[in-house]
Amino acid sequence: MAIGRIAWVPVLFLAALAAGAFLPLAIMALPGAGGEIAEALGDPVVWRSLRFTLVQALLSTGLSLGFAIPVAVALHEMRDFPGRGLVLRLFVLPLALPQIVAVLAIVGLYGERGALSRLVESAGVDFPSIYGLAGILLAHVFFNMPLAVRVALGGLSSMPAEYDRLAHQLGMGFAARFRHVLWPFMRPALMSAASLIFMLCVTSFTVVLTLGGGPRATTLEVAIYQALTFDFDIARAVLLALVQVAVTAFAFAMLTRAGGEVSAGLTLGAMRPFATRRNAIAGIVAMLVIVVGTVFVAAPFVVVFWRGLAADLSGLAAQASVRSALATSLVLGALAAVLAVGLALTLALGMARAAAQRGFTGTPSASERLLGQASSLILVVPPVVIAAGWFVSIRRFGDVYGAAPIMVATINAAMAVPFAFRLLAPSASSMMERYDRLCRQLAISGFARLRLVTWPLLRRALLLALAFSLALSLGDLGVIAIFGSQDVQTLPYLILQRMGSYRTQDAAGLALILCLMTMALMMFADRTGVGSAEARTS
Amino acid sequence: MTEAAVSIRCDDVRFRYAPGAAEMRFDCAFQAGEMTALVGPSGSGKSTLVSLIAGFETPHAGAIRFGDRDMTRVPVSERPVSMVFQDNNLFAHLRVFENVALGVSPSLRLTAQDRATVEAALEAVGLAGYGARRPAELSGGERQRVALARVIVRRKPVLLLDEAFASLGPALRVEMLDLLASIHEDRAMTTIMVTHFPEDARRIAARTVFLADGATMAEGPTDTLLDPDVAPEAVRAYLGQSDRRPA
Amino acid sequence: MHRLLICLLSATALVGLSRAALAEGTLTVYTYESFTAEWGPGPQVEKAFEAECGCDLEFVSVADGVALLNRLRLEGGRTDADIVLGLDTNLTAEAKDSGFFAPHGLSDVSVDVPGGWSDEFFLPFDYGYFAVIYDTQAIDTPPDSMEAFLNGDYGKIAIQDPRTSTPGLGLMLWIKTLYGDDAPAAYEKLKDRVLTVTPGWSESYGLFTAGEAPMVFSYTTSPAYHMIAEDTDRYQAAAFSEGHYMQIEVAGMTTKGADNPLAAQFLAFMLSPAFQDVIPETNWMLPAAPTSEPLDPVFGKLVQPAEPLLFAPEAVAENRKAWVDEWLQAMSR
Repeated sequence: MAIGRIAWVPVLFLAALAAGAFLPLAIMALPGAGGEIAEALGDPVVWRSLRFTLVQALLSTGLSLGFAIPVAVALHEMRDFPGRGLVLRLFVLPLALPQIVAVLAIVGLYGERGALSRLVESAGVDFPSIYGLAGILLAHVFFNMPLAVRVALGGLSSMPAEYDRLAHQLGMGFAARFRHVLWPFMRPALMSAASLIFMLCVTSFTVVLTLGGGPRATTLEVAIYQALTFDFDIARAVLLALVQVAVTAFAFAMLTRAGGEVSAGLTLGAMRPFATRRNAIAGIVAMLVIVVGTVFVAAPFVVVFWRGLAADLSGLAAQASVRSALATSLVLGALAAVLAVGLALTLALGMARAAAQRGFTGTPSASERLLGQASSLILVVPPVVIAAGWFVSIRRFGDVYGAAPIMVATINAAMAVPFAFRLLAPSASSMMERYDRLCRQLAISGFARLRLVTWPLLRRALLLALAFSLALSLGDLGVIAIFGSQDVQTLPYLILQRMGSYRTQDAAGLALILCLMTMALMMFADRTGVGSAEARTS
Repeated sequence: MTEAAVSIRCDDVRFRYAPGAAEMRFDCAFQAGEMTALVGPSGSGKSTLVSLIAGFETPHAGAIRFGDRDMTRVPVSERPVSMVFQDNNLFAHLRVFENVALGVSPSLRLTAQDRATVEAALEAVGLAGYGARRPAELSGGERQRVALARVIVRRKPVLLLDEAFASLGPALRVEMLDLLASIHEDRAMTTIMVTHFPEDARRIAARTVFLADGATMAEGPTDTLLDPDVAPEAVRAYLGQSDRRPA
Repeated sequence: MHRLLICLLSATALVGLSRAALAEGTLTVYTYESFTAEWGPGPQVEKAFEAECGCDLEFVSVADGVALLNRLRLEGGRTDADIVLGLDTNLTAEAKDSGFFAPHGLSDVSVDVPGGWSDEFFLPFDYGYFAVIYDTQAIDTPPDSMEAFLNGDYGKIAIQDPRTSTPGLGLMLWIKTLYGDDAPAAYEKLKDRVLTVTPGWSESYGLFTAGEAPMVFSYTTSPAYHMIAEDTDRYQAAAFSEGHYMQIEVAGMTTKGADNPLAAQFLAFMLSPAFQDVIPETNWMLPAAPTSEPLDPVFGKLVQPAEPLLFAPEAVAENRKAWVDEWLQAMSR
């Protein structure tokens, strides 16, 4: 077997999570499902939703990558400018923001009465409406462009330092350097980012409905939600969810054929900068790209801060419900993060071992590709389906109330695995490349290897993955809203609850608190990770 | 034609890697067209010195001159320098031919004349017919030959080698040193070679600069500087007993 | 972190224990989560009922009314609930068909909802009228009828999707009851009035209060919140001459609750002033039975619909899917 058996553990875990959701629902729906299936497959609404889902996801992915490339290249080129670390940290935040908070912030900027729209209109220029495809794409680029930038920079950081030096010494111009040096390292990373972004956009729900302007903008996820809630048509929900997974898997297969390895990841590259004289114009262009990209990502956060500061923050912090929601969020988030990182590490090491066995050359085997992609597919299994399916099973055999926190943490962990994996993969692979033989020769294995080799070398990546997974779980709403009871209230849940009872100010304050927490987390992860062995050697 | 060889001077160059780190000092000169070896214990600053000369690091005091020109702040791409690293000299995704051709045209826009130049250089390093291969298909020695072929086509007056042959076996290393010597003879580049094998220096370098503790300690003709009988105390300590020449 | 985790797990265990220990005198009520929020009716209702019955009232909350019924369905008849509180008349027919509910058996109740009430399974606890809420700083003369609203240009409105939201379903049913077979044409006019269609009430109301849309689809009672809690009459409901569509929120006793005497006691309590007094200013709906004191005068200033509009629950259950498809067709064009 090319891949250590242990690498299949995370995949099996995720598969079991999905199967555990689908099976009980399928059994429940089985009587008389034949007609339902025929009906669902013949429904033009389903096909229209599917088409729209794919079109918007493809466009969103393309645009996110399109904007990410210049920003990533500019950030790579300007390795010595002082705010770079801050920009990279900022770029982790959008995905951690609950969708509804982000959407309202985006509307506050680009909407009918948005700050930017009014500015543009006061200059006498018509600002186009964001309701419709444009708004959906705008929001998706906000969420995903920063992710793609981080992934692309991760790819670039796996480039040997000599390459960059050689390229400058050989006097390559920008175009030649991009084509012959940067692009070969960015491309696989971008392919990997593309698959993530595509999935995130396929399952987009709040963004698509709120900014879509009308039911013409409907994703399959909405149809699944409708089937499982108002219609309580389980057969249809399961079927549509399976269609969603299958279509995404197919899109992946096409993407893989189009080229690009899956294993590329996201890291904070720390290469020693050296003085290269950019011609002044290139320098200005690069800085301009960075500034525009940063302002685009930062602006919605400014809106969140602005609105949040108007709230009675000290009053909020004193509320028992807020405090307990904070604690619940952190505990569940931490559980989810630890589980996610554990699974992702196992997966990353398994993949790295497989790569080691083919000498880090040639093309990845089918099983490697399967590992990399299959683990990501969990992202397109709708959380409503997972929650409902597991509810049915647990209800039959145990205590739903006791299981709720565990289920919330588990599902959030599963959703964070694809991200954590991409954060860990590059470091795991380079560690394996350098030290695997040495460790085996010295018979350092098991926990000793984890403590003496893996942890010191991967500390930075592990902490980053932990913080990112925690941030993702903190911002998650979907799972909790479905599974949660009043015993398990998290911060995003509280935000939606306050919004749902006219308390917009409170919700804004809570969103600010959530943002601050996430930022603090990323800062912490970056700071404590800096001393790691990996950072020292690079 | 290769541009006329230039001399290189480091005038009281000061450098440190991080604000708190120990300061390194380099004060030395390299004759135009001559081959000089940089030797010294590991951590003595050999690689740092060539990085400074190549422009990958910038001194915070002192000056680096190529002939009369002050190069201290000139960016990497504008210095008339070729460099060969110990590893990763070739872009793994480009073919051997393209890797060499980058030395002629950094954007790989090649005339028929350029192509002939590249082929000739490959032939000169003993790799005629290897152009279509990928670096992964070559041995370590062959990869360094490709790097030398690129040095040939670049025609820069300065050549820096940072432990370029350190990972090769003794016989292969000698072969490569001889190849380097022949290229040097042909082109008369001002060549600076970092090595931790004194015998490398003795074999092909007319002069040697000795470094220790992040500073240049001594310089002179290789024959005398690395002769255990007459070398300064620090050099003798570095050479140790085993390197004593047979009487 | 370990300590926190242990605290959390043991807290969960304790909840389980106390549930078992008090099972004798416990009433379990499933409801939607804004009912049990700190500022919702839940805490006061719990206190008052527990004082009356000397028992333990336990709320279990899920997202909304639709989720309530689905919770029962997912539980497949083996529910903990004695009472389910928070369904509306759009769901009662399906709820009845599910077989999870038992007749309440109460005859002597003082229900006071427009159009009267008689249902052997469910009893109402509050009601409200849907309405177009407008921002007086953006609109001087609001539309005075659905017809005027659909045909005029008063600015854009944020509405909800009937596939995912109860108010969204309310607007669709309102138009359907007024226009019948001509509803698709009305939806098409509506489409031009709409800024966006959000998945839930929160998103559209958030857009409205942020100034993004001058109108939003909500309840006639929404202005009462702003007047009482925020002391502003900036947001007002537009009175439509054709009448306003209603939402009646109900509670029912499950087959499990039929064996628990506390369940019937709770339903009777629900229609007493002790419960009804709490509703207006916590749930921001209108009481379904007499209160002990008159409501805050602000409620007198609210739109009093000329005619309450409501489909029979059976009609909704039978046609909802077809009607939503019709809405979808027209709005997607």
